[in-house]
Amino acid sequence: MAAVGESAINYDARGLAEPDAAVPKVSEIDGTSAEFDAHDLSTRQINLELRWLINEQGITDVTVRNPGAKHSLGVGILTRCKITFDGSLGYFGCGIIDGPEVHIKGRVGWSSCENMMSGVVVIDSNAGSLTGAAFRGGDLVVKGRVGARTGIDQKGGTIIVMGSAGSMNGFMMQRGRQIICGDVGHGLGDSRYDGTIYVGGKVRSLGIDCVPGEWTDADTEFIERKFRIYDLGAPPALQKFVCGKKLYNYDNLEPSERKLVL
Amino acid sequence: MCGIAGIIYKDGEHPIGSEMTRMLQSMKHRGPDSTGYALYGQPSNLVIMRYKLADANTPRDFEYEDRLRRHRAEVERRLAALGAHVKELEEETEYAFRVTLEYSGDLKRLADFVEDVPDVEVLSLGHSLEIIKDLGDAETVAGGYHLSDFNGTHAIGHVRMATESDVDISGAHPYWAYPFSDVAVVHNGQLTNYFQWKRRLERSGHRFQSECDSEIIAVYLAEKMSEGSTLEEAMRQSLDDLDGVFTYICVTKDALGVAKDEMAAKPLVLYEADDLVAIASEEIAIRAILDHEIETYDPYEGEVLVWQR
Repeated sequence: MAAVGESAINYDARGLAEPDAAVPKVSEIDGTSAEFDAHDLSTRQINLELRWLINEQGITDVTVRNPGAKHSLGVGILTRCKITFDGSLGYFGCGIIDGPEVHIKGRVGWSSCENMMSGVVVIDSNAGSLTGAAFRGGDLVVKGRVGARTGIDQKGGTIIVMGSAGSMNGFMMQRGRQIICGDVGHGLGDSRYDGTIYVGGKVRSLGIDCVPGEWTDADTEFIERKFRIYDLGAPPALQKFVCGKKLYNYDNLEPSERKLVL
Repeated sequence: MCGIAGIIYKDGEHPIGSEMTRMLQSMKHRGPDSTGYALYGQPSNLVIMRYKLADANTPRDFEYEDRLRRHRAEVERRLAALGAHVKELEEETEYAFRVTLEYSGDLKRLADFVEDVPDVEVLSLGHSLEIIKDLGDAETVAGGYHLSDFNGTHAIGHVRMATESDVDISGAHPYWAYPFSDVAVVHNGQLTNYFQWKRRLERSGHRFQSECDSEIIAVYLAEKMSEGSTLEEAMRQSLDDLDGVFTYICVTKDALGVAKDEMAAKPLVLYEADDLVAIASEEIAIRAILDHEIETYDPYEGEVLVWQR
Protein backbone atom coordinates (compact mmCIF):
# COMPACT_ATOMS: atom_id res chain seq x y z
CA MET A 1 0.00 0.00 0.00
CA ALA A 2 1.46 3.36 -0.92
CA ALA A 3 1.61 6.17 1.60
CA VAL A 4 -0.06 9.46 0.78
CA GLY A 5 1.93 11.22 -1.90
CA GLU A 6 4.22 8.24 -2.42
CA SER A 7 4.48 6.03 -5.47
CA ALA A 8 3.49 2.37 -5.21
CA ILE A 9 6.03 0.14 -3.49
CA ASN A 10 6.44 -3.54 -4.29
CA TYR A 11 7.63 -6.04 -1.71
CA ASP A 12 9.75 -9.11 -2.34
CA ALA A 13 9.11 -12.59 -0.88
CA ARG A 14 10.81 -11.57 2.39
CA GLY A 15 8.64 -8.48 2.74
CA LEU A 16 11.46 -6.09 1.91
CA ALA A 17 10.59 -3.01 -0.09
CA GLU A 18 11.60 -2.86 -3.71
CA PRO A 19 11.00 0.80 -4.51
CA ASP A 20 11.28 2.22 -8.00
CA ALA A 21 15.00 3.00 -8.49
CA ALA A 22 14.60 4.98 -11.72
CA VAL A 23 15.73 8.59 -11.70
CA PRO A 24 12.65 10.68 -12.49
CA LYS A 25 14.63 13.26 -14.54
CA VAL A 26 11.97 15.93 -14.07
CA SER A 27 14.23 18.92 -13.43
CA GLU A 28 14.33 22.12 -15.38
CA ILE A 29 18.06 22.61 -16.04
CA ASP A 30 19.61 25.99 -16.82
CA GLY A 31 23.40 25.85 -17.12
CA THR A 32 24.71 24.70 -13.76
CA SER A 33 21.41 25.37 -11.99
CA ALA A 34 18.38 23.10 -11.76
CA GLU A 35 14.96 23.11 -10.15
CA PHE A 36 12.28 20.47 -9.71
CA ASP A 37 8.92 19.97 -8.02
CA ALA A 38 8.97 17.21 -5.38
CA HIS A 39 5.25 17.21 -4.62
CA ASP A 40 4.43 13.97 -6.40
CA LEU A 41 7.80 12.28 -5.94
CA SER A 42 8.72 9.75 -3.27
CA THR A 43 11.66 10.28 -0.92
CA ARG A 44 13.73 7.85 -2.95
CA GLN A 45 12.89 9.59 -6.23
CA ILE A 46 13.79 13.02 -4.81
CA ASN A 47 17.15 11.81 -3.56
CA LEU A 48 17.87 10.00 -6.83
CA GLU A 49 17.08 13.17 -8.76
CA LEU A 50 19.36 15.22 -6.49
CA ARG A 51 22.27 12.79 -6.92
CA TRP A 52 21.76 12.54 -10.65
CA LEU A 53 21.85 16.33 -10.98
CA ILE A 54 24.86 16.85 -8.74
CA ASN A 55 26.98 13.80 -9.55
CA GLU A 56 26.19 13.20 -13.22
CA GLN A 57 24.93 16.45 -14.71
CA GLY A 58 27.47 18.83 -13.17
CA ILE A 59 24.76 20.89 -11.46
CA THR A 60 26.04 23.03 -8.59
CA ASP A 61 22.84 24.81 -7.57
CA VAL A 62 19.59 22.87 -7.08
CA THR A 63 16.21 24.10 -5.83
CA VAL A 64 13.68 21.53 -4.62
CA ARG A 65 10.14 22.87 -4.61
CA ASN A 66 7.39 21.38 -2.39
CA PRO A 67 9.47 18.96 -0.31
CA GLY A 68 6.29 18.43 1.72
CA ALA A 69 7.95 17.53 5.06
CA LYS A 70 9.00 14.16 3.64
CA HIS A 71 11.62 12.23 5.56
CA SER A 72 15.28 11.62 4.72
CA LEU A 73 15.66 14.23 1.98
CA GLY A 74 19.09 15.47 0.93
CA VAL A 75 21.01 12.76 2.76
CA GLY A 76 24.46 11.52 1.80
CA ILE A 77 25.43 14.46 -0.44
CA LEU A 78 29.22 14.30 -0.41
CA THR A 79 30.30 17.19 -2.57
CA ARG A 80 30.29 20.98 -2.60
CA CYS A 81 27.11 22.34 -4.11
CA LYS A 82 24.17 24.53 -3.20
CA ILE A 83 20.77 23.00 -2.39
CA THR A 84 17.64 24.98 -1.54
CA PHE A 85 14.58 23.24 -0.16
CA ASP A 86 11.67 25.57 -0.77
CA GLY A 87 9.66 24.26 2.20
CA SER A 88 9.89 21.96 5.19
CA LEU A 89 11.61 18.60 5.64
CA GLY A 90 10.60 15.68 7.83
CA TYR A 91 12.84 13.44 9.90
CA PHE A 92 16.52 12.72 9.10
CA GLY A 93 16.94 15.52 6.54
CA CYS A 94 20.47 16.34 5.31
CA GLY A 95 22.09 13.55 7.31
CA ILE A 96 25.66 12.39 6.62
CA ILE A 97 26.44 15.26 4.27
CA ASP A 98 29.97 16.40 3.49
CA GLY A 99 30.33 19.74 1.76
CA PRO A 100 27.02 21.12 0.53
CA GLU A 101 25.53 24.48 1.39
CA VAL A 102 21.88 23.83 2.19
CA HIS A 103 19.11 26.35 2.76
CA ILE A 104 15.83 25.01 4.12
CA LYS A 105 13.05 27.57 3.76
CA GLY A 106 10.88 25.94 6.38
CA ARG A 107 11.08 23.57 9.32
CA VAL A 108 12.84 20.24 9.86
CA GLY A 109 11.73 17.24 11.90
CA TRP A 110 13.73 15.05 14.26
CA SER A 111 17.36 14.11 13.63
CA SER A 112 18.19 16.54 10.87
CA CYS A 113 21.86 17.03 9.94
CA GLU A 114 22.80 13.90 11.87
CA ASN A 115 26.46 13.01 11.40
CA MET A 116 27.02 16.04 9.20
CA MET A 117 30.72 16.20 8.33
CA SER A 118 31.15 19.59 6.64
CA GLY A 119 29.23 22.28 4.83
CA VAL A 120 26.53 24.68 5.94
CA VAL A 121 22.84 24.12 6.69
CA VAL A 122 20.58 27.11 7.37
CA ILE A 123 17.03 26.38 8.56
CA ASP A 124 14.65 29.35 8.40
CA SER A 125 12.16 28.01 10.95
CA ASN A 126 12.13 25.45 13.79
CA ALA A 127 13.81 22.07 14.17
CA GLY A 128 12.76 18.96 16.06
CA SER A 129 14.64 16.96 18.65
CA LEU A 130 18.06 15.40 18.06
CA THR A 131 19.05 18.11 15.60
CA GLY A 132 22.73 17.77 14.75
CA ALA A 133 23.16 14.46 16.56
CA ALA A 134 26.76 13.22 16.25
CA PHE A 135 27.50 16.45 14.37
CA ARG A 136 31.11 16.32 13.13
CA GLY A 137 31.81 19.53 11.27
CA GLY A 138 30.47 22.53 9.41
CA ASP A 139 27.90 25.06 10.53
CA LEU A 140 24.22 24.48 11.31
CA VAL A 141 22.04 27.55 11.82
CA VAL A 142 18.46 27.19 13.09
CA LYS A 143 16.65 30.51 13.03
CA GLY A 144 13.74 29.21 15.13
CA ARG A 145 13.65 26.89 18.14
CA VAL A 146 14.90 23.33 18.51
CA GLY A 147 13.65 20.32 20.46
CA ALA A 148 15.45 18.18 23.01
CA ARG A 149 18.93 16.65 22.80
CA THR A 150 20.31 19.04 20.17
CA GLY A 151 23.90 18.14 19.35
CA ILE A 152 23.83 14.92 21.33
CA ASP A 153 27.25 13.28 20.93
CA GLN A 154 28.46 16.33 18.98
CA LYS A 155 32.03 15.77 17.79
CA GLY A 156 32.81 19.10 16.10
CA GLY A 157 31.41 22.00 14.12
CA THR A 158 29.10 24.77 15.25
CA ILE A 159 25.37 24.66 15.95
CA ILE A 160 23.66 28.05 16.23
CA VAL A 161 20.06 28.27 17.48
CA MET A 162 18.42 31.68 17.46
CA GLY A 163 15.46 30.53 19.60
CA SER A 164 15.16 28.28 22.62
CA ALA A 165 16.09 24.62 23.07
CA GLY A 166 14.73 21.63 24.97
CA SER A 167 16.35 19.41 27.55
CA MET A 168 19.65 17.53 27.47
CA ASN A 169 21.28 19.72 24.85
CA GLY A 170 24.87 18.71 24.22
CA PHE A 171 24.41 15.38 26.00
CA MET A 172 27.74 13.50 25.80
CA MET A 173 29.18 16.31 23.65
CA GLN A 174 32.79 15.65 22.71
CA ARG A 175 33.95 18.66 20.72
CA GLY A 176 32.57 21.63 18.81
CA ARG A 177 30.42 24.58 19.84
CA GLN A 178 26.77 25.37 20.38
CA ILE A 179 25.31 28.86 20.55
CA ILE A 180 21.74 28.84 21.92
CA CYS A 181 20.35 32.37 22.01
CA GLY A 182 17.18 31.54 23.96
CA ASP A 183 16.38 29.43 27.02
CA VAL A 184 17.47 25.82 27.46
CA GLY A 185 15.81 22.96 29.33
CA HIS A 186 17.03 20.53 31.95
CA GLY A 187 20.39 18.80 31.90
CA LEU A 188 22.41 21.11 29.67
CA GLY A 189 25.63 19.42 28.53
CA ASP A 190 25.05 16.34 30.66
CA SER A 191 27.90 13.80 30.75
CA ARG A 192 29.92 15.77 28.25
CA TYR A 193 33.56 15.16 27.42
CA ASP A 194 34.47 18.57 26.02
CA GLY A 195 33.24 21.31 23.71
CA THR A 196 31.70 24.69 24.47
CA ILE A 197 28.06 25.72 24.85
CA TYR A 198 26.97 29.36 24.90
CA VAL A 199 23.47 30.20 26.17
CA GLY A 200 21.68 33.55 25.90
CA GLY A 201 18.59 32.79 27.98
CA LYS A 202 17.75 30.93 31.15
CA VAL A 203 19.28 27.53 31.90
CA ARG A 204 16.72 25.30 33.62
CA SER A 205 19.48 23.09 35.02
CA LEU A 206 23.02 22.01 34.22
CA GLY A 207 23.78 18.38 33.54
CA ILE A 208 26.46 16.34 35.24
CA ASP A 209 29.95 17.77 34.70
CA CYS A 210 28.72 20.85 32.84
CA VAL A 211 30.13 23.98 34.49
CA PRO A 212 30.38 27.72 33.75
CA GLY A 213 33.48 28.60 31.72
CA GLU A 214 35.75 31.62 31.70
CA TRP A 215 34.98 34.07 28.91
CA THR A 216 37.89 35.06 26.65
CA ASP A 217 38.40 37.44 23.73
CA ALA A 218 38.49 34.38 21.50
CA ASP A 219 34.90 33.61 22.48
CA THR A 220 33.78 37.12 21.52
CA GLU A 221 35.66 37.00 18.23
CA PHE A 222 34.27 33.57 17.35
CA ILE A 223 30.64 34.44 18.08
CA GLU A 224 30.73 37.82 16.34
CA ARG A 225 32.34 36.22 13.30
CA LYS A 226 29.67 33.52 13.05
CA PHE A 227 26.82 36.01 13.48
CA ARG A 228 28.39 38.24 10.82
CA ILE A 229 28.80 35.35 8.34
CA TYR A 230 25.16 34.32 8.62
CA ASP A 231 23.76 37.85 8.92
CA LEU A 232 22.18 37.11 12.29
CA GLY A 233 22.45 40.62 13.71
CA ALA A 234 24.13 41.42 17.01
CA PRO A 235 24.64 38.41 19.28
CA PRO A 236 22.88 38.51 22.65
CA ALA A 237 24.75 38.45 25.95
CA LEU A 238 25.79 34.85 26.41
CA GLN A 239 26.92 32.59 29.23
CA LYS A 240 29.63 30.05 28.51
CA PHE A 241 29.53 26.43 29.68
CA VAL A 242 32.33 23.92 29.41
CA CYS A 243 33.16 20.46 30.71
CA GLY A 244 34.27 20.20 34.34
CA LYS A 245 36.35 17.15 33.41
CA LYS A 246 35.58 15.32 36.62
CA LEU A 247 33.37 12.57 35.27
CA TYR A 248 35.64 10.75 32.84
CA ASN A 249 39.35 9.97 32.61
CA TYR A 250 41.23 12.80 30.93
CA ASP A 251 44.86 11.66 31.04
CA ASN A 252 45.09 11.88 27.22
CA LEU A 253 46.64 8.47 26.97
CA GLU A 254 45.67 5.93 24.37
CA PRO A 255 44.56 2.60 25.88
CA SER A 256 47.80 0.97 24.72
CA GLU A 257 49.88 3.78 26.29
CA ARG A 258 47.92 3.53 29.51
CA LYS A 259 48.86 -0.13 29.77
CA LEU A 260 52.55 0.81 29.52
CA VAL A 261 52.29 3.59 32.13
CA LEU A 262 50.25 1.56 34.54
CA MET B 1 6.94 2.90 17.70
CA CYS B 2 3.27 3.84 17.04
CA GLY B 3 1.95 7.13 15.70
CA ILE B 4 -0.65 9.46 17.18
CA ALA B 5 -2.62 12.33 15.73
CA GLY B 6 -5.24 14.83 16.80
CA ILE B 7 -7.30 17.53 15.18
CA ILE B 8 -9.74 20.04 16.65
CA TYR B 9 -11.76 22.68 14.81
CA LYS B 10 -12.98 25.85 16.46
CA ASP B 11 -15.42 26.80 13.72
CA GLY B 12 -17.90 23.94 13.60
CA GLU B 13 -18.04 20.60 11.89
CA HIS B 14 -15.64 19.28 9.28
CA PRO B 15 -15.08 15.91 7.57
CA ILE B 16 -12.90 14.64 10.41
CA GLY B 17 -13.35 10.99 9.44
CA SER B 18 -11.64 11.37 6.09
CA GLU B 19 -9.11 13.88 7.43
CA MET B 20 -8.02 11.62 10.26
CA THR B 21 -7.75 8.74 7.78
CA ARG B 22 -5.34 10.74 5.64
CA MET B 23 -3.30 11.69 8.70
CA LEU B 24 -3.06 8.13 9.95
CA GLN B 25 -2.42 6.57 6.55
CA SER B 26 0.57 8.87 6.06
CA MET B 27 2.04 7.43 9.29
CA LYS B 28 1.39 3.80 8.42
CA HIS B 29 5.13 3.15 8.65
CA ARG B 30 4.93 3.92 12.40
CA GLY B 31 2.48 1.10 13.04
CA PRO B 32 0.79 -1.20 10.54
CA ASP B 33 -0.84 -3.59 13.03
CA SER B 34 -4.01 -1.74 13.89
CA THR B 35 -5.61 1.67 13.47
CA GLY B 36 -8.07 3.45 15.71
CA TYR B 37 -10.16 6.60 15.79
CA ALA B 38 -12.00 8.59 18.45
CA LEU B 39 -14.36 10.87 16.56
CA TYR B 40 -16.63 13.51 18.02
CA GLY B 41 -19.80 14.24 16.08
CA GLN B 42 -22.66 16.57 16.87
CA PRO B 43 -23.47 16.26 20.62
CA SER B 44 -26.78 14.54 21.18
CA ASN B 45 -29.19 13.81 24.00
CA LEU B 46 -29.04 10.21 22.86
CA VAL B 47 -26.33 7.82 24.02
CA ILE B 48 -24.06 6.37 21.33
CA MET B 49 -22.46 3.03 22.11
CA ARG B 50 -19.89 1.24 19.98
CA TYR B 51 -19.31 -2.39 20.91
CA LYS B 52 -17.93 -5.57 19.49
CA LEU B 53 -19.00 -9.19 19.89
CA ALA B 54 -15.69 -10.74 18.83
CA ASP B 55 -12.20 -9.76 17.78
CA ALA B 56 -11.00 -9.51 14.22
CA ASN B 57 -8.82 -12.56 14.69
CA THR B 58 -11.19 -14.63 16.85
CA PRO B 59 -11.07 -18.19 15.44
CA ARG B 60 -13.94 -18.75 13.00
CA ASP B 61 -14.96 -22.15 14.35
CA PHE B 62 -18.23 -23.97 13.55
CA GLU B 63 -19.97 -22.17 16.41
CA TYR B 64 -18.74 -18.68 15.52
CA GLU B 65 -21.74 -17.33 13.62
CA ASP B 66 -24.24 -18.89 15.99
CA ARG B 67 -22.35 -17.43 18.95
CA LEU B 68 -22.44 -13.96 17.39
CA ARG B 69 -26.20 -14.23 16.88
CA ARG B 70 -26.82 -15.36 20.45
CA HIS B 71 -24.58 -12.71 21.98
CA ARG B 72 -26.06 -9.97 19.84
CA ALA B 73 -29.58 -10.95 20.90
CA GLU B 74 -28.47 -11.03 24.53
CA VAL B 75 -26.98 -7.51 24.30
CA GLU B 76 -30.25 -6.21 22.87
CA ARG B 77 -32.23 -8.02 25.56
CA ARG B 78 -30.08 -6.49 28.30
CA LEU B 79 -30.40 -2.99 26.83
CA ALA B 80 -34.15 -3.38 26.90
CA ALA B 81 -34.03 -4.73 30.44
CA LEU B 82 -32.25 -1.56 31.58
CA GLY B 83 -34.82 0.63 29.90
CA ALA B 84 -32.53 1.70 27.09
CA HIS B 85 -34.65 2.27 24.00
CA VAL B 86 -32.72 1.45 20.82
CA LYS B 87 -33.30 4.20 18.26
CA GLU B 88 -30.86 2.86 15.70
CA LEU B 89 -28.64 -0.19 15.41
CA GLU B 90 -25.96 -0.34 12.71
CA GLU B 91 -23.95 -3.45 11.90
CA GLU B 92 -20.54 -2.04 10.93
CA THR B 93 -18.89 -5.42 10.49
CA GLU B 94 -20.01 -8.91 11.42
CA TYR B 95 -18.69 -8.33 14.94
CA ALA B 96 -18.78 -4.53 15.47
CA PHE B 97 -21.92 -2.49 16.09
CA ARG B 98 -23.04 1.10 16.62
CA VAL B 99 -26.18 1.63 18.62
CA THR B 100 -28.02 4.86 19.42
CA LEU B 101 -30.04 4.76 22.61
CA GLU B 102 -32.54 6.75 24.56
CA TYR B 103 -31.21 6.17 28.04
CA SER B 104 -31.01 8.33 31.13
CA GLY B 105 -29.66 5.80 33.61
CA ASP B 106 -26.16 5.10 34.92
CA LEU B 107 -23.67 4.59 32.08
CA LYS B 108 -21.38 2.40 34.20
CA ARG B 109 -24.25 0.03 34.92
CA LEU B 110 -25.11 -0.03 31.23
CA ALA B 111 -21.52 -0.79 30.20
CA ASP B 112 -21.06 -3.43 32.89
CA PHE B 113 -24.33 -5.18 32.07
CA VAL B 114 -23.57 -5.28 28.35
CA GLU B 115 -19.96 -6.40 28.86
CA ASP B 116 -21.17 -9.20 31.10
CA VAL B 117 -22.23 -10.95 27.89
CA PRO B 118 -19.35 -13.28 26.92
CA ASP B 119 -16.81 -11.82 24.45
CA VAL B 120 -18.54 -8.42 24.37
CA GLU B 121 -16.48 -5.25 24.75
CA VAL B 122 -17.88 -1.74 24.84
CA LEU B 123 -15.47 0.38 22.80
CA SER B 124 -17.03 3.74 23.59
CA LEU B 125 -20.02 5.25 25.27
CA GLY B 126 -21.12 8.87 25.27
CA HIS B 127 -23.16 11.61 23.70
CA SER B 128 -20.72 12.52 20.93
CA LEU B 129 -17.70 10.17 21.20
CA GLU B 130 -17.40 7.23 18.84
CA ILE B 131 -14.36 4.93 18.97
CA ILE B 132 -13.66 2.81 15.92
CA LYS B 133 -10.65 0.50 15.88
CA ASP B 134 -9.66 -2.61 14.05
CA LEU B 135 -6.72 -4.42 12.53
CA GLY B 136 -4.99 -3.04 9.45
CA ASP B 137 -4.06 0.39 8.17
CA ALA B 138 -6.21 3.51 8.19
CA GLU B 139 -7.64 3.06 4.70
CA THR B 140 -8.67 -0.50 5.54
CA VAL B 141 -10.39 0.49 8.79
CA ALA B 142 -11.97 3.64 7.37
CA GLY B 143 -13.31 1.69 4.42
CA GLY B 144 -14.73 -1.08 6.59
CA TYR B 145 -16.45 1.34 8.94
CA HIS B 146 -17.49 3.96 6.34
CA LEU B 147 -15.65 6.81 8.07
CA SER B 148 -15.35 9.03 5.02
CA ASP B 149 -18.85 10.39 5.76
CA PHE B 150 -18.15 11.21 9.42
CA ASN B 151 -18.38 14.92 10.19
CA GLY B 152 -17.48 16.40 13.55
CA THR B 153 -15.46 18.92 15.51
CA HIS B 154 -12.49 16.96 16.84
CA ALA B 155 -10.78 13.61 16.63
CA ILE B 156 -7.77 11.63 17.66
CA GLY B 157 -6.21 8.60 16.02
CA HIS B 158 -3.53 6.00 16.44
CA VAL B 159 -1.53 3.62 14.29
CA ARG B 160 -0.13 0.77 16.36
CA MET B 161 3.04 -1.21 16.18
CA ALA B 162 2.27 -3.91 18.73
CA THR B 163 5.07 -4.36 21.25
CA GLU B 164 3.81 -5.31 24.69
CA SER B 165 0.42 -6.88 23.99
CA ASP B 166 -1.36 -8.83 21.26
CA VAL B 167 -2.36 -7.65 17.84
CA ASP B 168 -6.10 -7.43 18.43
CA ILE B 169 -8.81 -4.82 18.80
CA SER B 170 -8.53 -4.82 22.59
CA GLY B 171 -4.88 -3.81 22.28
CA ALA B 172 -5.62 -1.08 19.75
CA HIS B 173 -5.99 2.59 20.65
CA PRO B 174 -7.81 4.90 21.34
CA TYR B 175 -9.00 3.90 24.79
CA TRP B 176 -12.30 4.99 26.14
CA ALA B 177 -12.08 6.05 29.80
CA TYR B 178 -14.51 3.46 31.12
CA PRO B 179 -17.00 4.24 32.60
CA PHE B 180 -16.80 7.99 31.98
CA SER B 181 -18.75 9.44 29.10
CA ASP B 182 -16.98 10.98 26.09
CA VAL B 183 -13.33 10.71 27.26
CA ALA B 184 -10.65 8.96 25.17
CA VAL B 185 -6.86 8.80 24.92
CA VAL B 186 -4.16 7.83 22.44
CA HIS B 187 -0.63 7.33 23.69
CA ASN B 188 2.86 6.82 22.33
CA GLY B 189 5.32 5.47 24.90
CA GLN B 190 5.52 3.14 27.88
CA LEU B 191 4.38 3.62 31.47
CA THR B 192 6.73 2.02 33.97
CA ASN B 193 4.35 2.31 36.94
CA TYR B 194 1.46 0.74 35.04
CA PHE B 195 0.75 -2.01 37.54
CA GLN B 196 0.73 0.39 40.51
CA TRP B 197 -1.85 2.61 38.85
CA LYS B 198 -3.86 -0.32 37.59
CA ARG B 199 -4.17 -1.69 41.13
CA ARG B 200 -5.00 1.75 42.57
CA LEU B 201 -7.71 2.38 40.00
CA GLU B 202 -9.10 -1.14 40.33
CA ARG B 203 -9.40 -0.57 44.08
CA SER B 204 -11.45 2.52 43.21
CA GLY B 205 -13.88 0.31 41.33
CA HIS B 206 -12.61 0.62 37.78
CA ARG B 207 -11.90 -2.30 35.50
CA PHE B 208 -9.75 -2.45 32.42
CA GLN B 209 -10.57 -3.90 29.05
CA SER B 210 -6.99 -4.54 27.97
CA GLU B 211 -3.48 -5.33 29.17
CA CYS B 212 -2.25 -2.09 27.61
CA ASP B 213 -0.65 0.59 29.79
CA SER B 214 -2.26 3.34 27.73
CA GLU B 215 -5.73 2.50 29.03
CA ILE B 216 -4.54 3.61 32.47
CA ILE B 217 -4.09 7.18 31.25
CA ALA B 218 -7.67 7.47 30.04
CA VAL B 219 -9.20 6.19 33.28
CA TYR B 220 -6.72 8.14 35.42
CA LEU B 221 -7.62 11.44 33.71
CA ALA B 222 -11.36 10.78 33.71
CA GLU B 223 -11.30 9.98 37.41
CA LYS B 224 -9.44 13.21 38.16
CA MET B 225 -12.01 15.16 36.14
CA SER B 226 -14.88 13.41 37.89
CA GLU B 227 -13.35 14.64 41.16
CA GLY B 228 -13.47 18.23 39.94
CA SER B 229 -10.21 18.79 38.07
CA THR B 230 -10.22 20.43 34.68
CA LEU B 231 -8.69 18.47 31.82
CA GLU B 232 -5.58 20.65 31.97
CA GLU B 233 -5.21 20.20 35.75
CA ALA B 234 -5.60 16.43 35.43
CA MET B 235 -3.02 16.30 32.66
CA ARG B 236 -0.52 18.40 34.61
CA GLN B 237 -0.93 16.13 37.62
CA SER B 238 -0.30 13.12 35.36
CA LEU B 239 3.22 14.37 34.65
CA ASP B 240 4.05 13.73 38.30
CA ASP B 241 1.98 10.60 38.79
CA LEU B 242 2.84 8.64 35.65
CA ASP B 243 6.37 7.28 35.22
CA GLY B 244 7.93 6.39 31.93
CA VAL B 245 8.13 7.99 28.54
CA PHE B 246 4.94 9.26 27.00
CA THR B 247 3.32 11.67 24.67
CA TYR B 248 -0.43 11.35 24.86
CA ILE B 249 -3.52 13.12 23.57
CA CYS B 250 -6.74 13.21 25.56
CA VAL B 251 -10.11 14.30 24.20
CA THR B 252 -13.35 15.15 25.92
CA LYS B 253 -16.66 16.24 24.47
CA ASP B 254 -15.40 19.78 23.95
CA ALA B 255 -11.60 19.79 24.33
CA LEU B 256 -8.37 18.24 23.13
CA GLY B 257 -5.18 18.21 25.19
CA VAL B 258 -1.64 16.95 24.78
CA ALA B 259 1.04 16.14 27.36
CA LYS B 260 4.71 15.23 27.04
CA ASP B 261 6.79 13.68 29.79
CA GLU B 262 9.98 15.22 31.18
CA MET B 263 12.22 13.24 28.84
CA ALA B 264 10.42 14.29 25.64
CA ALA B 265 11.42 10.97 24.19
CA LYS B 266 8.35 10.62 22.01
CA PRO B 267 7.75 13.04 19.17
CA LEU B 268 4.92 15.45 18.55
CA VAL B 269 4.58 18.23 16.00
CA LEU B 270 2.04 21.00 16.49
CA TYR B 271 0.28 23.26 14.02
CA GLU B 272 -2.03 25.93 15.37
CA ALA B 273 -4.22 28.30 13.36
CA ASP B 274 -7.22 30.45 14.25
CA ASP B 275 -9.73 27.80 13.24
CA LEU B 276 -7.77 24.58 13.62
CA VAL B 277 -5.19 22.78 15.75
CA ALA B 278 -3.53 19.69 14.30
CA ILE B 279 -0.94 17.54 16.06
CA ALA B 280 0.84 14.37 15.04
CA SER B 281 3.94 12.30 15.62
CA GLU B 282 5.24 13.51 12.27
CA GLU B 283 4.60 16.67 10.28
CA ILE B 284 3.90 14.58 7.22
CA ALA B 285 0.58 13.63 8.84
CA ILE B 286 -0.45 17.26 9.22
CA ARG B 287 0.61 17.94 5.66
CA ALA B 288 -1.73 15.16 4.57
CA ILE B 289 -4.63 17.51 5.35
CA LEU B 290 -2.88 20.84 4.77
CA ASP B 291 -1.05 20.49 1.50
CA HIS B 292 0.99 23.67 1.72
CA GLU B 293 3.83 25.11 3.76
CA ILE B 294 2.84 25.64 7.41
CA GLU B 295 4.57 26.82 10.56
CA THR B 296 4.95 23.99 13.05
CA TYR B 297 7.00 23.24 16.15
CA ASP B 298 7.63 20.51 18.72
CA PRO B 299 6.15 21.17 22.19
CA TYR B 300 8.81 20.84 24.87
CA GLU B 301 9.25 18.27 27.62
CA GLY B 302 6.79 18.57 30.48
CA GLU B 303 4.40 20.68 28.41
CA VAL B 304 0.63 20.40 28.68
CA LEU B 305 -1.51 22.17 26.08
CA VAL B 306 -5.31 22.15 25.89
CA TRP B 307 -7.64 23.59 23.26
CA GLN B 308 -11.42 23.98 23.34
CA ARG B 309 -13.54 23.38 20.25
